[in-house]
Amino acid sequence: MTKRAKQIGADGETLVASYLQDQGAAIIARNWRIKEGEIDLVARLDGRLLFVEVKSRTSDKFGHPLEAIGPEKAHRLQRLALAWIAMHDQWGADYRIDCAAVHFRDGLKPLIEYRAGVL
Amino acid sequence: MTLARVKSIALVGLRGEIVDIEVDISDGLPGYSLLGLPDAALLESRERVRAALQNSGSAWPNKRVTVSLSPAWLHKSGSGFDLPIAIALLMAQGQISVPEMGDHIFLGELALDGAIKPIRGVLPALLAASGRGITTAIVPFANAAESKGFVGIKAIGVSHLSEVIAFIADGVIPDVDYEEPNEIGQSPLDLSEVVGQKRARFALEISAIGGHHLLLIGPPGTGKTMLAERIPTIMPPLSHAEAIEVAAIHSIGGALGERNLDSRTPPFVSPHHTTTATAMVGGGAHLIKPGACSMAHGGVLFIDEAPECKPGVLDSLRQPLESGSVAISRATGTITFPADFLLVLAANPCPCGRFNGKGRACICSSLQIRRYLQRLSGPLLDRIDIRTFVEVPTRTELAASQVGESSEVVRSRVIAARAVAAERFNNDSWSTNSQIPASQLRARFRATREGMAFLHTELDHERLSARGYHKVMRLAWTIADRNGVATPGLAEVENAFQLRQGVEIA
Repeated sequence: MTKRAKQIGADGETLVASYLQDQGAAIIARNWRIKEGEIDLVARLDGRLLFVEVKSRTSDKFGHPLEAIGPEKAHRLQRLALAWIAMHDQWGADYRIDCAAVHFRDGLKPLIEYRAGVL
Repeated sequence: MTLARVKSIALVGLRGEIVDIEVDISDGLPGYSLLGLPDAALLESRERVRAALQNSGSAWPNKRVTVSLSPAWLHKSGSGFDLPIAIALLMAQGQISVPEMGDHIFLGELALDGAIKPIRGVLPALLAASGRGITTAIVPFANAAESKGFVGIKAIGVSHLSEVIAFIADGVIPDVDYEEPNEIGQSPLDLSEVVGQKRARFALEISAIGGHHLLLIGPPGTGKTMLAERIPTIMPPLSHAEAIEVAAIHSIGGALGERNLDSRTPPFVSPHHTTTATAMVGGGAHLIKPGACSMAHGGVLFIDEAPECKPGVLDSLRQPLESGSVAISRATGTITFPADFLLVLAANPCPCGRFNGKGRACICSSLQIRRYLQRLSGPLLDRIDIRTFVEVPTRTELAASQVGESSEVVRSRVIAARAVAAERFNNDSWSTNSQIPASQLRARFRATREGMAFLHTELDHERLSARGYHKVMRLAWTIADRNGVATPGLAEVENAFQLRQGVEIA
């Protein structure tokens, strides 16, 4: 991954994190990483855990950002979420898996598409 | 609006069902699920619809798309649902604001650039839609000719997705020049081109009048095919209802391009002798297509070199010959196609084909000759009333400048004779002489005393079986109709006997 791509990804996650905070959510973790993969954002909103995958793009040339999340990736998100719950001893917690797409557009404000409960 | 509904038609054989296409767009990961027992071509609609929408300037919803085709239990196939799915998607996205569309149906396959391509079975789909509250049908431009002159439903031919959008939004009907299909059915063939062949001509005429199936036997090059090809030209033209039925079958078979919708000429279908039983009666895994015998419905099914057919192929015709229709069963269901045709078989007299006259040129053994025609099974031959030899034309016949009777002359006699028979069978369930049941034949349709006496003599001499006895009677009635005789007499019965016994087989 190039430095630039990394930066775009990090910027996108920051934007989504502040979007969530505006909604009244508390950010619990960013880039929580284990061997199986990474969860971009973990937040808590009204007592419910949110596991958020963020996809950032600077152009639509390669399709919609959320299309990059295929069935396999979705499955992995599910496993990672359960792993987080297990490791933090939050058994029985109410949780939701969300996806967010961030479009960085030249000269315009970045656009956030937030899809709640995608699985 | 994230939910939209449009209508289309799914075909099951010749019958059609109205299908509701519902599209729901909901938040979630981008995805597309198609419900309602689609086949492979229909599953691929996703990629076609998506590319067509994007390439014609509309957006593809990057959301969770659910497309449902109901009734859900009905197997649906083919690419004809592309257009209605695309329209429903646009409606669900609010890209076209919708008037009431419940009385519209949409049919058409989408190309990746949004062009609308022709599909099979538009005519039967329209037939199915009529009388079910449908007023307007949007069909591919290339199929528009099929719907021309169709009463009850206004058909609009479209060639691009943008035209459909314009029609829905503003009621703009695309400017369409219907191309008149080339009338190939209006055949230039004529019976006057046949030289000589007095006996075979007579057999053809009798066959056309009474609906008697025909076996032509003769050496190669004597004109068996030429004769058979001209049978449709002496048959009465199809009625309007028959013509539509024939066109509907050809539409499903995908062969309407070769045939004018309004064509009243009976079809002529000649499958090759290597054809399979499936091709003969129809079949297919998902989309069940009519076979040669259904394509020949209302016309002539001609099989050249009939003894060369694989065993079982000809016998697969026994059911349609008996019932006038063919039922095809597959995993997706049972479908019945009409298959009421005149069967014409042609055969060489022997494997080498030169057993003719005194048979001097023939190199086949007598056993080979005897076995050759035995390849036609007994039950099949049983259904063939006329067996006739097609002779090599003689020198005098070839030299004669006088042409034979034209198709038009013969056809007018056929029509007149059929009218006589139809009058006689006014209160019966059949309309041609070949269909008279044996019991009725003995009870109500006897020949004159002399005629019956001749038949009884032949029976006594064992030159005629009980089956043959009935066949000769039926033929005698046809000949009587042709000659304007009220009841077949000795002459007609003798004549019929010759047509029947023309060739000794089995």
